[in-house]
Formats: sequence, C-alpha cells, structure tokens
Amino acid sequence: MSATTSNASVRSTEPLVWGNPSFHDVTQTVSGIVEERKTPIWWWVAISISGALTLNFFAMMAYLFWTGIGVWGNNVPVGWGWPIVNFVFWVGIGHAGTLISAVLFLLRQKWRTSINRFAEAMTIFAVICALIFPGIHVGRIWVAYFMFPIPNQMAMWPNFRSALMWDVFAVGTYFTASFLFWYTGLVPDWATLRDRAQTKWRRLIYGVLAMGWRNGNKQWKHYELAYLLLAGISTPLVLSVHSVVSTDFATSMQFGWHTTIFPPYFVAGAIFSGFGMVMTLAILARIVYPPVKNYMTVTTLERMAKVIMLTGMMVGYAYITEFFMAYYSGNKYEQFVFVNRMFGPYAWAYWIMFSCNVIIPQIFWSKKMRTSIPVLFVASIFVNIGMWFERFVIVITMHRDFLPSSWGMFKPTIYDIGIFAGSFGLFFTLFLLFLRFVPMIAMSEIKGVLPQAQVKHHHGHDEGGA
Amino acid sequence: MSEQVKVHGALAEFDGPQALMDAAGKMRKAGFSKWDTHSPFPIHGMDDAMGEKRSPLGWFVSAAAFTGFALALYFQYWTSAVDYPLIIAGKTYFSYMAFFPITFALTVLFSVLTTVGGMVVLIKHAFYHPVFYSNNFAKASDDGFFVSVMADDPKFDASATSDFLTSIGGTNVELLQEVEG
Repeated sequence: MSATTSNASVRSTEPLVWGNPSFHDVTQTVSGIVEERKTPIWWWVAISISGALTLNFFAMMAYLFWTGIGVWGNNVPVGWGWPIVNFVFWVGIGHAGTLISAVLFLLRQKWRTSINRFAEAMTIFAVICALIFPGIHVGRIWVAYFMFPIPNQMAMWPNFRSALMWDVFAVGTYFTASFLFWYTGLVPDWATLRDRAQTKWRRLIYGVLAMGWRNGNKQWKHYELAYLLLAGISTPLVLSVHSVVSTDFATSMQFGWHTTIFPPYFVAGAIFSGFGMVMTLAILARIVYPPVKNYMTVTTLERMAKVIMLTGMMVGYAYITEFFMAYYSGNKYEQFVFVNRMFGPYAWAYWIMFSCNVIIPQIFWSKKMRTSIPVLFVASIFVNIGMWFERFVIVITMHRDFLPSSWGMFKPTIYDIGIFAGSFGLFFTLFLLFLRFVPMIAMSEIKGVLPQAQVKHHHGHDEGGA
Repeated sequence: MSEQVKVHGALAEFDGPQALMDAAGKMRKAGFSKWDTHSPFPIHGMDDAMGEKRSPLGWFVSAAAFTGFALALYFQYWTSAVDYPLIIAGKTYFSYMAFFPITFALTVLFSVLTTVGGMVVLIKHAFYHPVFYSNNFAKASDDGFFVSVMADDPKFDASATSDFLTSIGGTNVELLQEVEG
C-alpha cells in the first residue's frame, strides 16, 4: 500500500537523488534553506519587484471597482477580454501540481517526489491568481455572492445549468483539494522543522502546523492511506476542472467555441502549460539554491521535457483537428472563424501560439536539448508565452462575430496590462514566501525513496525489495 | 515539591529501518499493545510487522462521497424544480445532466474534507504527547528510528520493559517522564 516506499516500479538504474545523501543530509539540505538566518539579498530584490507589482495589482483593482469594467478594453463583440484570458491561463498553469502529485503518484512515477511539493505550491498560487479574475470580471464585486447558493431576499437561486456556475464549483473545489493535498504532504516536514527549531516562536508556529505529528507508524498508516485517497480523488478532479473551464466556451452558441474537442484539448494544454511553469521555476530554484540540484536533477527535468513534448503534440493535434473540422463541417461561419484566426488581423497571435506550443517543443526529440539547462529554460518560457497566446487567440478572435457592422479590434488598456502583470507579481510574491518559509522538497518522501530506506519483508511476500 | 515523577512510558532508539522492522516483530511477539514505532518516513511492510490493521479511513471517505453526491443532486433538484421552478434554455426543471458537473465537484469536496478531517482524528492528533519528553526524540523526524511503549500498556513495567528494549537491540533507552524545572 505504501507506494512512496515501494520500489517495485523502479526500472531506471539511475538513482533518483544524486550525491548519495544520508537521511540527515536530506533534512539538512532542505531545512537549511528555510532556517538560514540571513535572508539572501536576491530574495529581497525579487520580492521588492514582485511586491511592487502586487501593490499595483490591488491599486488597479480598487480603481476598477470604483469606476467599472469600462477601464478595460473589453467591448462587444470581445466581451470577455483579458480577464478571461488570464483566468484560463492561470487555471491551466495550476494543473501541473495536482497532476504531478496525484496522477504520477498513482502511476508510481517516483521521480515526482523531488518536484511535487514545489509544483503543488505553484498550483495553489496559480489558482489564487485564477480565482481573482472571474471575481473582478463580474464588475460589480459587491454582488459576487450571487455566485454562491445563499438564501437571499429575492428568493432566487443560481442557475446550476450554467457553465459559469460549474466553474465556481469546479475551481473552488480544485483549490480546496489542492490545498489540503499540499498541506497533508507537509505535515511530516512541519514536524521536522518543529524538532529543529532554535527559537520558541519557530517551535510554536511549526508545532501548530505539524498538528502534533510524532512520526509513529500508527500515524503513518492513516497518513499514507489519506495520501493515497487524496491522490485517487484528485486524479479525476485534475481532468475535470479544465474540462469544466472549457465548457464556458463549448456550451456557448459561438462559432469556434461550440465544439466537443474543447475539454480534452484544454486539459492537454493545461498540463503542457503547467509543466512549462514548473520547469521555469525549478530551474530558477536550482540557480538560487544550488544544493537542490541533487534533488531536482537533470534527469527529472528531462522527464518533464518529455511530458512537455507529448502534451505539446496533443495540443498541436487539437489545433489541426479544429481547423480540419471547420473545413469538413461545411459551415461558412465556422470556417470563417478559423481562417480569420490564421490569416486575419490577429494572425501574429495565432502563429506565436502555434510556434511556441507545437514547433518549439519538437527540439525535445534530441536528448542533448532535453538535458541542457539553458535550452530547457528558454523553451519553458516559450511554452508559457505560447499558452497565454492560445487563450488570447480563443477569446480575442471573437472580434469578428456574426454582424460585420460590429466588427472591431480589441485594444488592451493600461489597466489590462497592469492587472495581468500584477497577477504575476502576486504569484511570485507567494512563491518567494514559500521558498523562504516552507520546505520546498518533501523530505519524508525523499527519504523513503533512498536506497537505505528499503527493507526486507517479514512475511515472505517479497515484492522485489532491495 | 516532593511530587513523584510520573513515568509515561519508555523509548528506545534503533539503528535503521531494518533494525526497527526486526524490533517491531519482537515487540509484537512479546505481546505489547500500547506501543508504536517512529521513523522519519513510512516504512513499507511495517504494518505487517507490527500486526496493524488497515486504516478504516476509506470507509469514512466512501460514506462522505455518497453523501456529497446525493446532497448536491438533491439540492440542485430542490432549488431548480421545487423552490423556484424556472425554465432555462428549454430544459426540464430537473435537468440532471446539466447538474452533473456540480454534483461531481461536491462529491470530491466532501471526500477530500473527510479524508483530511478523518486523518486528523485517526492519527490521534495531540500537541502534547509523552514521546516529546525525550530530548533524543527530535531525531525521529530527521534520521532516528524509535520504539515507544506507553505506561498504560498492561505489560509495561519501567525496569523490565527498559531491559527488554535493550535486549532487542535498542540503544539510548530512556523512560518518558516530565523533566523537572
């Protein structure tokens, strides 16, 4: 049952962790980052920038609430504009974490151990950014409670048949589940920090977070089953959340959106973009904290590159299928939408999307490219750019709808740009706080996959133990 | 001032995962009931060695999942077909297919909350526990492997149990008692 320590699935001869560390080395390396007394200078520099962007984010939101959503470039026929582009972008980024922690856990992919904490944290922060956008997009923020089924003076209920309602529940549940999964994984590591604490406050704070964890096997057995259950429950959730997000588009009567390919296409794109962001952040973490190089090894990054290439090709397949189906449908409006995307005034966006998502990941056929850190870094940035443009293309190319007299071009305002940049500020602020105060690698899980953690079984059912 | 120091149990350290596993087998044979092994990571096969039953958490979560499913579907039926019936997009009042995404989300939500809540209950969450009286025990979350026996175990006897822990290979054997001062 304890999949974290079973080694039945290890096929590769290469160690998961380099440098053959002892259990204590693992504790020392990972906790050392959090316990470092002097906060590094780069951290202050980085958080000043991201903090400034975040403050600007809140200031611009305040202006937005005061004035109304007219401060954005949204206008019919592009009613959704950047807020929904950003919402789908951030939700997509948020998919890698749970995929890595849940799906790869069930598939016994032990290389996930070194990046799962990291990716889950990224997921939570990305979903926080994502949840802000539909919230502020309603314009009248003071009636945002309409989204929840709360008894009210009008005796009205939300329309549960609406894809937008599905979104509220799907993304809200996703946030809760991801957060609890992350927290459960953290409990033994909080206990490690508590036991190493030098000051009373650290011991108190980490002690409360650790919930009195005492590493007993009578605790581990419940813990491990809880972890397995969370992984099992989260697996269909990962696949469903972006499917539901895609129904915002797919259930509308809009050419170019009203297609059944959207759910799988969005899910593949979400995994693709999420892995891109994990790659970017993992490489940055390797630069600022060199000791983690032995955990987030080049081999781990190479495996992520393979996932990026695979999902990139799935996304490319979806682009081509969409185009073919538009042609094959014989529907003039559907065809126009796609021709307009590829060759219309927003063709530049379409081709940025296509190059970044389909062509650039093809370099990962070469092992040399997959194992080169600079190449991986640059490619992961392109993936992030490409996936933002995918959502841009889907939302913004509605600028030519059924009525040619209402055709126009979408122009983002300074508030569109500031709020988008601000969401990155919030994301990186949260991530920097995470790096400084939370163990970024799951220590207890890493210890469980080290060779010296393997034991012989007593009851004769040897499952290939070392 | 002259209060007697109460012994809450005994603690012994072992060499590594294999030694702990062997010790667990011997503890089990000796017939202890209120005891536990402590390790920085879950050790595969330890439940068998200790004679531990499988965690019942799965049953609680199944019950929660069914509850979440039924409640979500019923709530959507009640609001859309009973309390404020309204025809939307030409669908029937109880258009259960359109209700499915939210039903699924709430099934998941109930399940995850029960999983984590149930775990907190089952691990006997407590900020104070006799094992923390030991200064050596901090290693359990780093690289230490321990066996603890609680004083309310019927077989517990401060000196005999300590000797037994030494005899099965335990080192740094100590009694868990409140440190004075």
